[in-house]
Amino acid sequence: MSEFRMPSLGADMESGTLVEWNIRPGERVERGQIVCVVETQKGAIDVEIWETGTVERLVAEEGDKVPVGEVMAVILAEGEKAEGEAAGQEAPVEPSPAEAPQAPSPRAPDVSPPVPPHAAATGGRRRISPAARKRAGELGLDPANVSGSGPGGAITLADIEQAPEAPAGPRPARRAAGHDAHAAMRQAIAAAMARSKREIPHYYLGHTLSAEPTLEWLAAYNAERSVAERLIFPVLQLRAVAMALQEVPALNGWFVDGAFRPAEGVHLGVAIALRGGGLVAPALHDADRLDPDAMMAALRDLLTRARKDRLRSSELTAAGLTVTNLGDLGVDSVQGVIYPPQVALVGFGRIAERPWVRDGRVVAARCLQVSLAADHRVTDGAIGARFLTRLTDLLTEPDRLWPP
Amino acid sequence: MTPQTIAYREALRQGLREALIRDDRVFLMGEDVGRYGGTYAVSHGLLEEFGESRIRDTPLSESTFTGAGIGAALNGMRPIVEIMTVNFSLLALDQIINNAATLRHMSGGQLSVPLVIRMTTGGGRQLAAQHSHSLEGWYAHIPGLRIVAPATHEDARGMLLAALEDPDPVLIFEHALLLGAEGTVEGEPHPMELDHAAIRREGGQVSLITYGGMLHKSLAAAEQLAAEGIDTEVLDLRTLRPLDDAAIMASVAKTHRLVVVDEGWRSGSLSAEIITRINEQAFFELDAPPVRVCSQEVPVPYAKHLEDAAIPQVEDIVAAVHRLMGGSGSGGAS
Repeated sequence: MSEFRMPSLGADMESGTLVEWNIRPGERVERGQIVCVVETQKGAIDVEIWETGTVERLVAEEGDKVPVGEVMAVILAEGEKAEGEAAGQEAPVEPSPAEAPQAPSPRAPDVSPPVPPHAAATGGRRRISPAARKRAGELGLDPANVSGSGPGGAITLADIEQAPEAPAGPRPARRAAGHDAHAAMRQAIAAAMARSKREIPHYYLGHTLSAEPTLEWLAAYNAERSVAERLIFPVLQLRAVAMALQEVPALNGWFVDGAFRPAEGVHLGVAIALRGGGLVAPALHDADRLDPDAMMAALRDLLTRARKDRLRSSELTAAGLTVTNLGDLGVDSVQGVIYPPQVALVGFGRIAERPWVRDGRVVAARCLQVSLAADHRVTDGAIGARFLTRLTDLLTEPDRLWPP
Repeated sequence: MTPQTIAYREALRQGLREALIRDDRVFLMGEDVGRYGGTYAVSHGLLEEFGESRIRDTPLSESTFTGAGIGAALNGMRPIVEIMTVNFSLLALDQIINNAATLRHMSGGQLSVPLVIRMTTGGGRQLAAQHSHSLEGWYAHIPGLRIVAPATHEDARGMLLAALEDPDPVLIFEHALLLGAEGTVEGEPHPMELDHAAIRREGGQVSLITYGGMLHKSLAAAEQLAAEGIDTEVLDLRTLRPLDDAAIMASVAKTHRLVVVDEGWRSGSLSAEIITRINEQAFFELDAPPVRVCSQEVPVPYAKHLEDAAIPQVEDIVAAVHRLMGGSGSGGAS
């Protein structure tokens, strides 16, 4: 028997609201299946289960606000019988207290999200002073998004008062609509970005490259395909980042509890601006293993679901590095803010024609600026430079992106 | 009138003298208060001025002369009983608690005991464990008594006068370390009310809640903290029973952090009572766990370095505030 618990879907998540169950007692569940929808500040998230078995019972009810790590459902492994049946008893409903603090159910290794520092799945309370709690209530602010500066890391009144403005009124119990959802997301972004700038000593490196060879490669690739099958340039950017990360793994992971924890696998956070405002950066899983078409499909799927509020739990915490591309919006370069607890962010600007020296002559070339923001606690400029150089090489020699 | 700078014991003496002048019913009674001029020279010269009927030396029997004071008070006099130190007052506990504190209640309001008992309290003078304790918190436990602790010269002079106007017993605790300290008083001696705590230093970030001998260490700590940019408020309780809850809560509501500085021991103490009231009445104002700086739970040692270590010092208060302001500790004991 195992317990399905509220997952941690972000560094500062304290609890989530169960919007709906997709499963019923007695039903079979498969590993990777989406079993429920949880409302978080990042929107409604489809939550997956990492176990195959049968639903014995649902503990959480729709509408419940469930702390991270709290049991939501009890799952019987294949072939396992319910406790009561095994013992020949009628009413085995409540688990004994000794059973309650079992370890969370194991997750699939390839998508195992890091447990971010503040959201260890213990269900333990965060320290917050009574005055801070009261003030947070008055402001309608969720203290889960505030980091503490008081004794023992407690959240103090000043932490709350310096936190970003919160929407007035009680928090919605169900899927938040319109303004509230945006305000909540704004809060989440504000908290994460403020934490990043407060805690992470960023260093920034930049490089300008001629995108001509890669654009030519892309044009040739797409020439033989229907519109629906064509690749877009960001796929090549993501691929290049994924390959460069394989060689410089020190930028792929998380800074947790004062130490770097490398990511297993290359899952790239893709920054996606949402219509109507806000931003999410779900993970594109295994970006180093996908062929061009699979990567295009994965990216398209991710974009579509992000905009429909249908992201999955495994996509929210798996990314070891985030890529942001503001080229579409016409900017030349990006000096990014790292998404904690990640340790680096890669930014792409627009592709624009510029004077470029080739073979001793100035020519017009379509150029691209790529930047790296990295956490100086984890890496130094030399490693950042090695990564950026490798990335530049890959983006200028496209034949190396998917070597035969 | 220009302020005069005098020793704390002189302020006490001025208060006594004024009381004796104002009211014929007032007399002073205790060990060595007359011919010797008081163990701490507080009543020096009063025997010569007021005579033996009003400045009365007593045998070394605290129970007896405290009982005599209660009897005199019941019969219309306004006695001031001086007990040498709070440690010796334990010999008079039966009279103080079973008689002085209870008679109004047990007589259905027919009797009142307008008695004032003065005694020294506190350590810091190498007088060892039988002369150095701070037991005023114990007395503050007893309904029927009013407990005051003058920490300033003006209070040393004027609280006695107000105490004599109270129809019920008042115990005045004078900290031994303050006796020689100089301070200012203004004008003629006048009663200093006994109902309110006083803010001795305004501040916005942390409240030091204290009284008596610890007031001056708290003020010194506040001064040091101010130099570091920590804006510290110092609240002088003045009256330990009944506590001025409103003043305590107002200060906590302003600063949201507090340290109770009490020379008494921590367990089952006045400091515990104060923090409990804050938790009861101002819980949602707290931005950090309340902290106490109290004496170590040992009999006060004789050896100077050990006595210094046992009693709260300025640096202990400063360290407690540092912890409270976001250091790494849990804000617990000190």
